[in-house]
Amino acid sequence: MNAPVLKVRDLKKSYGAIQAVGGVSFEVMPGEIFGVIGPNGSGKTTMFNSVLGQIRPDAGRIELNGEDITELSPVELNRRGVGRTFQTLQVFGKMSVRDNLIVAAQEHQGSLWSRMFAPGDSGLSAKADALIDQFRIRHVADKKAGELSYGQQKLVDIAMAFMSEPDLVLLDEPCAGVNPSLVGGISTLLKELNKTRASGKKPGSFVVIEHNMDFVMDLCHRIMVMVEGTVMAIGTPAEIRANKQVLDAYLGN
Amino acid sequence: MKKSLLFGLAGLALLIAVPPFLKSYGIYLFSTWLVYVIANMGLNLTVGYAGQKSLGHAAFFGIGAYTVAILMQHGVSFWIGLPTAMLGCFVIGLVLGFPALRVQTIYLAFATLGFNTAVWLVLRNEEWLTGGTFGINNIGRPELLGLSLESPLAYYYFVLGIAVVLSALMWKLLHSPWGKAFTALRDNPIRAESLGIHIQTYTLLSFAIGAVYAGIAGALFASLVQFIEPAPFAVGTSFMMYLMVVVGGPGYFFGPLLGTAVGVLLPEWLRFAQAWYLFVFGAAVVLLMLWLPDGLLSIPDRIKARRQARDASAARAANAAKLGVQA
Repeated sequence: MNAPVLKVRDLKKSYGAIQAVGGVSFEVMPGEIFGVIGPNGSGKTTMFNSVLGQIRPDAGRIELNGEDITELSPVELNRRGVGRTFQTLQVFGKMSVRDNLIVAAQEHQGSLWSRMFAPGDSGLSAKADALIDQFRIRHVADKKAGELSYGQQKLVDIAMAFMSEPDLVLLDEPCAGVNPSLVGGISTLLKELNKTRASGKKPGSFVVIEHNMDFVMDLCHRIMVMVEGTVMAIGTPAEIRANKQVLDAYLGN
Repeated sequence: MKKSLLFGLAGLALLIAVPPFLKSYGIYLFSTWLVYVIANMGLNLTVGYAGQKSLGHAAFFGIGAYTVAILMQHGVSFWIGLPTAMLGCFVIGLVLGFPALRVQTIYLAFATLGFNTAVWLVLRNEEWLTGGTFGINNIGRPELLGLSLESPLAYYYFVLGIAVVLSALMWKLLHSPWGKAFTALRDNPIRAESLGIHIQTYTLLSFAIGAVYAGIAGALFASLVQFIEPAPFAVGTSFMMYLMVVVGGPGYFFGPLLGTAVGVLLPEWLRFAQAWYLFVFGAAVVLLMLWLPDGLLSIPDRIKARRQARDASAARAANAAKLGVQA
């Protein structure tokens, strides 16, 4: 159980003359919630998108459960057990909440041809309903996702990332634009999901980018601080809070 | 779903009961309408559900019609011609899907438009194969289990039967995981990818399946009119087909039924306006697009949304009153 789920080695990505990510390395262990913080423009999202196959890194190696996934597409990564959310809302607005959740895992059921005339719910209704209850969105389950409030859509968005029971979930600013009371709710949900996932056979590991310091410090087991495309520090929340360099560069005071 | 089924069955009952009372031109019009409904059902999949802006649908309509006509000219049965047309359209549809993997929206529309023009030029210029501008005439009608389909009414019922079967298949497909994948591809391809939906595969399939429907429609069209030439398969028809899908309501299952009625039957009913009929038709389309950009079938959704909004504001007002706030 001590082999890392995600291993990133010396990741580099430049846009023209600007080096967005310059040699980032870190590991995420099974069951770990790994936070990534840093000022705007520090390369967090570029690092994220490289890991997720959205952009191709210039150099470096990314491993998932020991397998090299550096050149894989987002589809292939998802099939191997990587879930994600985006910085902005990305639900399917014209589908119901329940269908949003079902479509989020249906490609993991059977083959393309076996799905052709298969039942529309792909046998995933029970699983979708369980997540709907866990996320407390039962009252809007049959509404179109596009008609919900921002906070409700954010919950649907996060729930979708967990439908296919991924080994690793990357969450890009899950609290952006969310009111303070829901921030607490999201934190509780992620802790719950981390626990239930970790107690199962598969390791439930998360990587979370977030600007809300209280949220990150409370939720994450370890935190990586990125500054100017490089890693300034990696440590437990207590270590990060006590790190003088981090305080000067980012946390302030 | 139950409501849709009832609506479908009621419509079907009318389509079975009414035509025997029509003159042969009326039967011909209804047959033409059904042929275009089949083609537009396919286009609705490509454009309405999968969100791929295709302006080349008439090319597949033409490929289907010419495949059957040329084969029948050489003594091959309609029943061999039809699957050949379907297979041909599927393969060429897959190929036409490839530009959609690189470009979208208006750029894709132009790419498919170019394809339509190229196909039309082949139909017009390759006289040895297609008869060029003279076209192909004396196209026969098939027999079905020994029954002749020569009479307009018999052929109408034949086309209706095929339309019902193809509708049922489309319904099943759209309510399967594939239907959800197509919608996901239309609404948000990047999110779809991150959920393991292979968007390239579904893009190509949406073109190929849409093309098969157009191919079947083309084959039926050839036997219906019994004389084909390149004109009905030019880009103008692709525009009309796109218009019919949009007017009916893209992404609504019954959209093509209504939209095609507007595109095929309405101009006929407007003949009383004589020289003005195209003007009236054009004005009607402009008004429809202004008021109902999501098509005719968005009307029930709009009414529902309005009722929900009214209920919600009533509930808010009641709540406010309960809290002692003056409205």
